[in-house]
Amino acid sequence: MDEPTKFPGRLRMTAYAAAQVLLAIPVLVLFVLTVVASVLVVVWIGIGVLLVSVPASRWIANRHRAMASRVLGVPVPAAYRVVPEGANPVQRLTVWARDPLTWRDLAWALMTITVGFTLSLLAVVLLVVIATGALWWFGIEPIMRARSRLDQMFLSYGHTEKLEQRVQVLTETRAETIDHSAAELRRIERDLHDGAQARLVALGMSLGVADDMFGTDPEGARKMVVEARSTTRAALGELRSVVRGIHPPVLADRGLTGAVSALALDMAVPVVVEPRLAGRPPAPVESAVYFAIAECLANIGKHAAADRAWVDLSYADGRLVAVVGDNGKGGANPSAGTGMRGVMRRLSAFDGTMMVSSPDRGPTIITLEVPCALSSPKTTPSSGTA
Amino acid sequence: MRLVLAEDHALLRDGLIRLLEANGFTIIAAVDNAPELELALEDPRAEAAVVDVRLLPSFTDEGLQAAIAARAKRPGFPVMVLSQYVEQLYARELLASGQGAVGYLLKDRVADVSEFVEGVHRVIAGGTVIDPEVIATIMARRHDQPVDRLTPREREVLGLMAEGRSNAAIAAAMFVSEKAVAKHTNSIFTKLDLPIDIDDNRRVLAVLAWLRV
Repeated sequence: MDEPTKFPGRLRMTAYAAAQVLLAIPVLVLFVLTVVASVLVVVWIGIGVLLVSVPASRWIANRHRAMASRVLGVPVPAAYRVVPEGANPVQRLTVWARDPLTWRDLAWALMTITVGFTLSLLAVVLLVVIATGALWWFGIEPIMRARSRLDQMFLSYGHTEKLEQRVQVLTETRAETIDHSAAELRRIERDLHDGAQARLVALGMSLGVADDMFGTDPEGARKMVVEARSTTRAALGELRSVVRGIHPPVLADRGLTGAVSALALDMAVPVVVEPRLAGRPPAPVESAVYFAIAECLANIGKHAAADRAWVDLSYADGRLVAVVGDNGKGGANPSAGTGMRGVMRRLSAFDGTMMVSSPDRGPTIITLEVPCALSSPKTTPSSGTA
Repeated sequence: MRLVLAEDHALLRDGLIRLLEANGFTIIAAVDNAPELELALEDPRAEAAVVDVRLLPSFTDEGLQAAIAARAKRPGFPVMVLSQYVEQLYARELLASGQGAVGYLLKDRVADVSEFVEGVHRVIAGGTVIDPEVIATIMARRHDQPVDRLTPREREVLGLMAEGRSNAAIAAAMFVSEKAVAKHTNSIFTKLDLPIDIDDNRRVLAVLAWLRV
């Protein structure tokens, strides 16, 4: 993906044009077949034809998508709706019929056998008739760009459809985010209720008893006070772990880089942290990525049997990228643990993604990406020996 | 003993002043923010400082930064850093200069008044007093360093040494004789190739070697 896109040369473009001219014939045949079969669906025979003609049309459309994407240097994805596995032919047809791309393909077929065909034929003819070589030399690129632009226009989702999809994604992630934060609040409430709050009640009781005992049994009262002190300690410990779960203080102090270094130090496995961030991402992103990395590292400690791990933080093209790797036994399944699912939900609220590569016998490499802006570099103190 | 105290929480600041003064310390300055702390640390009369990590104005780690800066200007200036939470990262930063005279404790530990006061005295004497919670995370680490040569028992002794305990206290904590502890410490010093020196300094060096793994 990162390699520079190579634009096809003039001859290759002409070859594309020739292919498009030749493919126009099957496109025409398939278009007619599909239209006729759609009518014949009422007498069943159309279903059989459609089951062949639609995939064939899609195959040809996909070839045009690939050519257009190469000429224009931008991806033209074939984002057809997925037919659920084990669907019967009628269900399959229903999914196809509901897919706006199917209808776009049909409209494209009309374009490709008329305007598209003319453009591509022109490109080929300019080369074949040798006298027009100069015209071909200068004309091939604009012609093919125009043709590819047309293909792209017909074969990709339109503005409205893209917005619809975006709304769909946003609705889903918003619901998940709300669920997630509600669950978090419940967990925090429970932690406080069962932990610190209960301990403070016990503390109050110990002190009350001690108060009553001072006159009669000073030694017993002293014991109660000692007990009260150890209860305070436990309550503080529990409050600390609750705070760490909400927003680790070191993240507030030092940002993502410092907080990840601190995490790495606390791991039983040696972890090398390579931070290459020129600034700080927005606080919510920082926190989501921190907890994602913490979960990955915790899994390494629990399951990977690794003796080495690493975390790379970088930022490029408007995306924060965190790579967490280990040399353990691999075979990690990201959807198996509730922890990892929570991480993915949290990241998806920021349009973030997580990719896991974990072949058997390792290494496991998890790549987290979140689009965000970096704030201007803040001078963070050098972390000494860390 | 003249101390500078920095703590942003008024209640805790008053408590600490009372506690330290009751135990023979003189507080020459008690502040709640970083700029005033920096000024107070420049006072040549100050012999040591007790500093909270979080201070005004930004409530992040300016107390720690001020402590490190003060020690850069006055190498070996004794500092006891207190915090609501502890990080191994911060312990390393405090000790990075290679000198002892550093304490890093959870605020909870202040409740053990005698132990806390003893800790401050140890820091002023040039020792290290590191919170058991930090020690525990280091203990859990898989070592691949010179410290690896230590037996589990010796590592335990070293951990207690880092907490700032004397041989007698270590012996009590491990239910062994003081002589056995002395044997362990000598073995630790040899395994870490520490030069023959006064015992106190070697203890600090051993702890530093351990924290840096």
